[in-house]
Amino acid sequence: MASGVKPRVKVPKTAAAGSAITIKTLISHKMESGRRKDKEGNFIPRSIINRFTCEFNGQSVIDVTMEPAISTNPFFEFDATVPEAGEFKFTWYDDDGDVYEAVKAVAMA
Amino acid sequence: MNNKLLKSTLGTLAIAAAMTVGSSAVFAGADLDKKLVINGETEIVTRTAAPAHLDGALDEIFSGWIFRKDETQTAQMDDFDNPGMIFVDIAQDAWNKVDGSEGKSCASCHGAAEESMAGVKATYPKWNEAAGEVRSIDMEVNNCRTTRMGADAWKLTGGKMTAMNALITLQSRGMPVNVAIDGPAQSMWERGKEMYYTKTGQLEMSCANCHEDNYDLHIRADHLSQGQTNGFPVYRLKNAKLNGVHARFKGCVRDTRAQTYKPGSEDFLALELYVASRGNGLSVEGPSIRN
Repeated sequence: MASGVKPRVKVPKTAAAGSAITIKTLISHKMESGRRKDKEGNFIPRSIINRFTCEFNGQSVIDVTMEPAISTNPFFEFDATVPEAGEFKFTWYDDDGDVYEAVKAVAMA
Repeated sequence: MNNKLLKSTLGTLAIAAAMTVGSSAVFAGADLDKKLVINGETEIVTRTAAPAHLDGALDEIFSGWIFRKDETQTAQMDDFDNPGMIFVDIAQDAWNKVDGSEGKSCASCHGAAEESMAGVKATYPKWNEAAGEVRSIDMEVNNCRTTRMGADAWKLTGGKMTAMNALITLQSRGMPVNVAIDGPAQSMWERGKEMYYTKTGQLEMSCANCHEDNYDLHIRADHLSQGQTNGFPVYRLKNAKLNGVHARFKGCVRDTRAQTYKPGSEDFLALELYVASRGNGLSVEGPSIRN
């Protein structure tokens, strides 16, 4: 169980139908690569978030495979076109099986 | 204001750890007039007249923000882009969490940090009359934990403590640093001042050699600031975590190739008080972003 993991998301509360909005996401995670060694010279086991997805009303917006070279506290910024009012659902998948979720609603301006 | 700051969250851009363009012939020349406004609403004083006790040493004082790269400066203007705010959120959870034998959390006595901690950071370290000593915020946190909550003391340089310090600091953001240097705190302040000007290590350097005599110049690839502490705790891009002021002091002293003082020691507390007083008049800025 990775400790101190906290997802956060910034999505505009309202958007015009069909317009593109900028979404920023961040999750605190140590993203241990599995290539580092501890003081005794043993490898520290890999522990990263390996996948990040964003869905809008059940439709996939972005689906990212993450690799060990990605830095600690991964940050994603992307644009999404919003056709209607609805909900963005963000999901992060941890190596240890944990799943972290955040949900943000967008209303029509 | 603070409620909003806590709710609006933040982000990290490791990419912003851009490489310093490194030629020793490059003169730094920071834009000393650049303005820092956080979230479009909190104006930060990053340049002001030096406090009276620096008469003859410095005319003006500058926040370390002034000396950082454009990308780093920009990231600090929006709390979502400020990775230091992650740790504030984590500390907010700890603030509300009951810990120890007395069944209390920070919030049990102090209520909402936004109200009870407003202005606290600006005056610390300061004299604690009941304890008869100068105390840092970290010492007060541990005092609360051990005597009121019946919980274990946190490690002074540990992540939990630095995060809690950041949460408390945030409540004073934008307020001028105003630590007392007279009265019962004066002897500690004098001790810190003596340390600041004493050359240490194989390189025989004092704090003043870099941060007073040569700020805004490059020391190899590093752009020297005045070493102000108004932005602490700082999220450093080099280690991707929040750093407390004692941990930073340790790094500096080590770089003079000296045996360092211990973080949490009375020596560093004296230095913390003195260096904080050199920033009297700058805004509390933490958690800030530095390289």
